[in-house]
Amino acid sequence: MATLELELAEEIVASPARRTRRLGMLFWAAIGWTVFVVAVAILAPVLPLPSPTDMDMLERRAPISALHWLGTDALGRDELARVAYGARISLTVGLFAPVIGLTIGGALGMLAGYFRGRFESFVVGSMDVLLAFPPLILALAVTAYLGQSVLNLTCILGVLGIPAFMRVARASTLTLARREFVIAAEALGATHARILIRELLPNVALPLLAFFLLGVAVTIVVEGALSFLGLGVPPPISSWGSMIGEGRESLEVAPMLAFVPAIAMFLTVLSFNLVGDTLRALTDPRQGAL
Amino acid sequence: MSGPALLSIEDVVVELPTPRGNLRAVDHVDLSMAAGQALGIVGESGCGKTMLSRAILQLLPKKARLSGRVMFDGQDLVRLNPEALRKLRARGIAVVFQDPMTSLNPVLTIGTQLIETLQEHLGLDAAAARRRSAELLAAVGIPAPGQRLDQYPHQLSGGMRQRVAIAIALCCEPKLLIADEPTTALDVTIQAQILDLLAREQRRRHMAMILITHDLGVVAGRTDEVAVMYAGRVVERAPTRNLFKHMQMPYTAALLAAIPKLDAAPHTPLAAIPGRPPDPTRPLKGCSFAPRCRHVGEQCLREKPALTPADNQGHCYACFHPLEIAAGVST
Repeated sequence: MATLELELAEEIVASPARRTRRLGMLFWAAIGWTVFVVAVAILAPVLPLPSPTDMDMLERRAPISALHWLGTDALGRDELARVAYGARISLTVGLFAPVIGLTIGGALGMLAGYFRGRFESFVVGSMDVLLAFPPLILALAVTAYLGQSVLNLTCILGVLGIPAFMRVARASTLTLARREFVIAAEALGATHARILIRELLPNVALPLLAFFLLGVAVTIVVEGALSFLGLGVPPPISSWGSMIGEGRESLEVAPMLAFVPAIAMFLTVLSFNLVGDTLRALTDPRQGAL
Repeated sequence: MSGPALLSIEDVVVELPTPRGNLRAVDHVDLSMAAGQALGIVGESGCGKTMLSRAILQLLPKKARLSGRVMFDGQDLVRLNPEALRKLRARGIAVVFQDPMTSLNPVLTIGTQLIETLQEHLGLDAAAARRRSAELLAAVGIPAPGQRLDQYPHQLSGGMRQRVAIAIALCCEPKLLIADEPTTALDVTIQAQILDLLAREQRRRHMAMILITHDLGVVAGRTDEVAVMYAGRVVERAPTRNLFKHMQMPYTAALLAAIPKLDAAPHTPLAAIPGRPPDPTRPLKGCSFAPRCRHVGEQCLREKPALTPADNQGHCYACFHPLEIAAGVST
């Protein structure tokens, strides 16, 4: 009642002129790097790269040469090939784990925020339990039981991401569900499913998508951390995190072995953040109104 | 009133549980209106106008308790099952809300919002729905409707947005339109345009309309009957013309006196109503307006006045000391 009558804050800001926005060099550089990394990851088996697992014991920790563009690691494996194949793992986990969080967490959050009541208490409570559980212990327990594989890693990171996505979705749904357009839709005879999918989802999707890109960046780092600790993909498969971990052992002799994957990870995470921020600002139709 | 009632509200009580106790937002309200009639509901903020309209729509907050009957078109909405209610809402009752920024979905284009509603309820195909949407926008006075369909709500001015909200409300040809303070969030210059648009569409479509407002000036000339609400109760009800001619309830008079006059000298203080409405969680024993009333008597503090007819033209009021009888009182 009274709350509905007081919602006058975001009123009357008409901006009919389409704002032309310069994207800037940084955005295009970020797009360029993202496209490049994704292309390399997809095309790695086709590219004329040496095998990432073939060892050359005579060429251990070799410097940059025409044969090994980025040198070789402690076991004489080609560093460039390992970074390229590592991108496959890092990106697969980095993209698919947040997708799990986005779908399950987003759906739970929207349902909880819309229907409220006992269901909401149950969802929020179970998410709090999940949040309170130490993530590394969970990762350890799951890998110990189910073994180390890319699929298991993706699932663990995905499940760990659910509470965050649930909270973002629930928070936006809570404020949106009280808006009058939801009551207006209901007054026009819309079903709950229709209100959730057609009225609320387009609104909730924006913050969720922005959060998703952030999630990708975070997951790549977390996957790196897990692999660094030896909980990630099993050797000899390379991922950026495990490469940094292996490079650590020869940091004094060949610092490049840790730095190359670290730089690749840094640039990729930065690019995802930059692209995510810019895209959100560009596609948000509410920019003029809020 | 003529013909059978389209909507009749019988003894409706809405209570909202709050931490301080039960808040009685609507207190034993009876109202009825015929098809094609326009009813104004007037009262200050928090007097239960919006809750009453939500009760008619059966869109009360989940915790609210409702008793009484809301008969619409021969069916009791309170006892209707959800699916039948949903179907009835679409074609029967439509709403226009106060703030067009929050009543339109900010991330969908106006076209999407209109076209989907038309497709859903009238079963039109996409092209026909688009044509019909453009016609509707033109009917509510939006220039270049074809282009407007592809715009988002924030690209329109407040008045335009309210016109779009009206178009969406009208799209399924409702029998009853509830306009809940449709001009409060708008610029003064636009208010008259929107109200006239509502009144015109109401007459043209022979649709019943409930116009909820806090401004007696808004209902004058645009409604057939007016109900004045105070603290959840209807305190005076009369055909619009009669109400302004023979005002009985001191509250109605005070409400009218509180409207700024154009011809008043500059810096004339507004005749504000002293005090505040009573705490709805602690109902008074006597008349709810008694603490603020200039004509308060002994009886007003002890008993609640009932809504009694004043004449045979449907003028009712709830007051022990009505203005025309309390001699020498003018507004």
